[in-house]
Amino acid sequence: MSDITVKVDGVEVAVPAGSNVLQACEAAGVEVPRFCYHDRLSVAGNCRMCLVQLENERGMAPKPAASCATPVAPGLMIHTKTEAVQKARKGVMEFLLINHPLDCPICDQGGECDLQDQAMAYGMDRTRYQENKRAVTEKYMGPIVKTIMTRCIQCTRCVRFATEVAGVEEIGLVQRGEHAEISTLEKAINSELSGNLIDVCPVGALTSRPYAFHARPWELRKTPSVDVFDAVGSNIRIDTRGKEVLRVQPRLHEDVNEEWLADKARYAVDGLKRQRLDRPYVREDGKLRPASWDEALGLVLDKLKSTQADKIGAIVGDQVEAESMFALGSLMNGLGVKNLDCRQDGAKVGGGERGAYLFNTGIAGLEEADAILLVGTNPRWEAPLINARMRKRFLKGGLTVMGIGQPHDLTYEVDWLGDSPALLSAMPQEALDVLKAAKNPVVILGGDALTRNDGAEIAHAAFQLLKLADGLRDDWNGFNVLHTAASRVAGLDMGFVPGEGAQDTAAMIAGGVDLLYLLAADEVDTSALSDTFVVYQGHHGDRGAHAADVILPGAAYTEKNGTYVSTEGRVQFGRLAVFPPGDAREDWTIIRALAGQLGVDLGFDSLIELRQKMIEAVPSLAVADTLPVESLTSVGIAGLIDGQALSAAIDNYYMTDPISRASKTMAECSQVFGTSEAEKATGTHG
Amino acid sequence: MLQDQDRIFTNLYGQQHFGLQAAMKRGVWDGVKEMVTRERGDIIDDVKASDLRGRGGAGFPTGMKWSFMPPDDRMDDRPHYLVVNADESEPGTCKDREILRNDPHRLLEGMVVACRAMGAHTGYIYIRGEFYNEASNVQVAIDEAYDAGLLGKNSKLGWDVDIHLHRGAGAYICGEETALLESLEGKKGQPRLKPPFPAGAGLYGCPTTVNNVETIAVVPEILRRGVSWWTGLGPERNRGTKLFCVSGHVNKPCNVEEEMGIPLRELLEKHCGGVRGGWDNLLTIIPGGSSVPCLTSSVCGDIKMDFDTLRAAGSGLGTAAVIVMDKSTDIIRAIERLSHFYMHESCGQCTPCREGTGWMWRVLGRMCEGRSSREEIGMLFDVTKQIEGHTICALGDAAAWPVQGLIRNFRPVIEERIDRFVAGQSGADMPVAAE
Repeated sequence: MSDITVKVDGVEVAVPAGSNVLQACEAAGVEVPRFCYHDRLSVAGNCRMCLVQLENERGMAPKPAASCATPVAPGLMIHTKTEAVQKARKGVMEFLLINHPLDCPICDQGGECDLQDQAMAYGMDRTRYQENKRAVTEKYMGPIVKTIMTRCIQCTRCVRFATEVAGVEEIGLVQRGEHAEISTLEKAINSELSGNLIDVCPVGALTSRPYAFHARPWELRKTPSVDVFDAVGSNIRIDTRGKEVLRVQPRLHEDVNEEWLADKARYAVDGLKRQRLDRPYVREDGKLRPASWDEALGLVLDKLKSTQADKIGAIVGDQVEAESMFALGSLMNGLGVKNLDCRQDGAKVGGGERGAYLFNTGIAGLEEADAILLVGTNPRWEAPLINARMRKRFLKGGLTVMGIGQPHDLTYEVDWLGDSPALLSAMPQEALDVLKAAKNPVVILGGDALTRNDGAEIAHAAFQLLKLADGLRDDWNGFNVLHTAASRVAGLDMGFVPGEGAQDTAAMIAGGVDLLYLLAADEVDTSALSDTFVVYQGHHGDRGAHAADVILPGAAYTEKNGTYVSTEGRVQFGRLAVFPPGDAREDWTIIRALAGQLGVDLGFDSLIELRQKMIEAVPSLAVADTLPVESLTSVGIAGLIDGQALSAAIDNYYMTDPISRASKTMAECSQVFGTSEAEKATGTHG
Repeated sequence: MLQDQDRIFTNLYGQQHFGLQAAMKRGVWDGVKEMVTRERGDIIDDVKASDLRGRGGAGFPTGMKWSFMPPDDRMDDRPHYLVVNADESEPGTCKDREILRNDPHRLLEGMVVACRAMGAHTGYIYIRGEFYNEASNVQVAIDEAYDAGLLGKNSKLGWDVDIHLHRGAGAYICGEETALLESLEGKKGQPRLKPPFPAGAGLYGCPTTVNNVETIAVVPEILRRGVSWWTGLGPERNRGTKLFCVSGHVNKPCNVEEEMGIPLRELLEKHCGGVRGGWDNLLTIIPGGSSVPCLTSSVCGDIKMDFDTLRAAGSGLGTAAVIVMDKSTDIIRAIERLSHFYMHESCGQCTPCREGTGWMWRVLGRMCEGRSSREEIGMLFDVTKQIEGHTICALGDAAAWPVQGLIRNFRPVIEERIDRFVAGQSGADMPVAAE
């Protein structure tokens, strides 16, 4: 679209047609205060803080206009510094404050509060209001969102976020006039994105319940990092004070998470303080007892030396960064071990072309799609932000979403075709027509489908269907695999999969090896490992540690520098925000120590050397923060698909990994949202 | 003074039946067929030439409003809608009620003509929820018109119009046109941001015109009798007849159809039996419904009742609901009551109105007793200025104007009250509003 030239306070600026006056002011570098306007939500125009004066060839408009709600027109002259504008802002600011409690000293928003900041800039220094202030009763919004509704300025950002982005129409403005209140009617907000409500709230009305009264923003050290609770690769900022991770906030990344973040990524971090492995343990007489590093490593060394290579196996967990995976892979390689797997869930991916296991359209690319077929996936739980992106695309219109698998409420309309993956090779004619008619069709394969025994066959059939619908062109690759493990793509990239004739996860955990090295792998069934010597290297006392004979305490994702590759194939870097607790060490150093004592030359002594080695071996890891373009010719294995119904791989969004299982907040969430009993809970139920 | 033959609403007082048969005897539906066979542009041109201004309060030229609708329906395949605003809730106003109750067919014929003029085939009447009997009468009239083939498919008149009646749920704000559309769509009645204006994207996102009941009801008569008849009445730019609703301290409160520009004193004395206790007992009048500023008795003597004159006098014609107050009235208390009304009816969407209406009411509440200070009068005026013009819809203005009128015209009364309170005198001898 062509640009429109307007004048802001006499300075000419060109903005795209369709912009509003507020955006024009921003383009001109003029600050316009606002509360209700949010560039990712619809325009409400109700706070009246952004009033400006407009002038065109017919003269000055009689009334000031809300800049967020007024589109630009050629030749428009915008005045933001006139006396009338100043007076209007001051007036609105005064109105907002008369019923605001001004309890900033005890408000968690203090220091990062729009109202506080703008009151400093535009408000009066004293009040003229002598009446009693309005008080509003607290509302129950679940374990995550804490409400202090007296502070609310009725901007309705939360209502718009819930309705538009999260897709749950559970918040609204009830009553009218000065009795207007934001309410959920005493219901917890059943959304995986509810934490964002706290971010969009410009005041301290909606604050974080787990973080309440913990810290002030200026006390926090902020470390940019990447989220590992799903494979989206959301950009996060880890806020720490001293040794503690206090909260996680989203960082802007237009192509990945925009400015949102899923609840698990945000609120599972209290799990980092519980159930931690902060010293080595060895099992003696069936019981784990604390041990020294020398003793624990010595035991592992003895076992590694005394066990045949084909009886040693290694499995890596879902949140492991590429570096320690590479280090472990190199060590195992040096020992001649081929029983390696990075797929705890047994997903039938990897081994072939890189494009066969990536989310090829990219997350932002979904906005170009016009037909999506979901195969065995519940994106709302597997990747809430990808689901939000699909909803965003859906709301623009012209998108048909079809699904094969267990029906879920995905916050947009989905035509569930059935629960048998055999449908892929026998699509109903109507569904086939939709895919064929689409310009940019997309197939999304999820864990429910890939973890089945016939996962490779399902992937093949899905790929063939996509090719039939012309979804694989030079300019469009609609084949998407939705991983849930943050470590998965990096593991597949570096070939952390069983070698020729070697054992995979299922075989190893069935007792196929004598020594099993679990690198933070907790999602495996350890019941058949009683005769296996299990080394667990990880950060939480979870399933893996319970089965372990030796525990080597490692670092969680906030405690190490690491490379992660998202489901899109985007390479991003997590950074160390705090040091690992107690005697725990960064994972690659533990493996390096073992290798040194075993006499295996890994070829690196520092993280930088490790990375250089890793990039030499896996060049794709060198390209940071870019959506890869991969060629794709074949996926999976041609073969018969079992007609058995797809089952849901995730049964509780809030408990999918060692950190979230250790988190108190996540436990509360699963209590409220996870069970059918929870649906009846009201917050005052007991 | 309006001649009897120039009256449009010949059954304003319900002496005859409201039904179709009686209405037709009064000439309603006469010649509508010829009107709707005319070109759309012709009808709009006539309405423009008649200088008809909207009777809902703002006085926007009706012909111009209609011309904002997409002129050619082939250019725009969305349906067009006419919505009649019968959510008459302005305190003091009761003119549309009489039309709905006693002459609903005038409204219906007007809707058919207006629908033709804007290429609409669907009309909605959004009627105030409290108007139960009126809604009942209108529904009967609609049913009669359907039965007589005047409405619905294959209309005898040659232009098919479907009319739906929708009852509101008792919110003043739903009389604001965009809040009305929200409410009609089944949402919470809160005004929309403009632009887009309803003519571009109104009901269900389609081109829509919202008109007052009286505006629509007079259109067929203008076309029947000719534009020159209409423009022969009333002063320049304020043509035609108007329903005045006179209430308060007059001997005979009434609704009456009169010529625009009638002197206020003549209106009160000819039709209402004069001010209670004589003209000299007049304290103030509010000339156009509760939302316009009051006028002092000195101005009332020779002011004419039309849009432009009253605006020049710092007030407005509004809905022409004349509220008369004699000297027994506690004017502060009277305005305080209006202020409470606006606080109660504010939708709460935008800040100045949500917060400001309650503030004004509370300050006025104290001023009634004198529990205030002289400086606070200035502050109150400042608060009204902070509301006025800064809100999404006109309710903010409507709430601010009566208070501004009070301060402009009766500041000494407030000051005296404050001084007496400060001096510790009781308010026992204060005037009280005689109801």
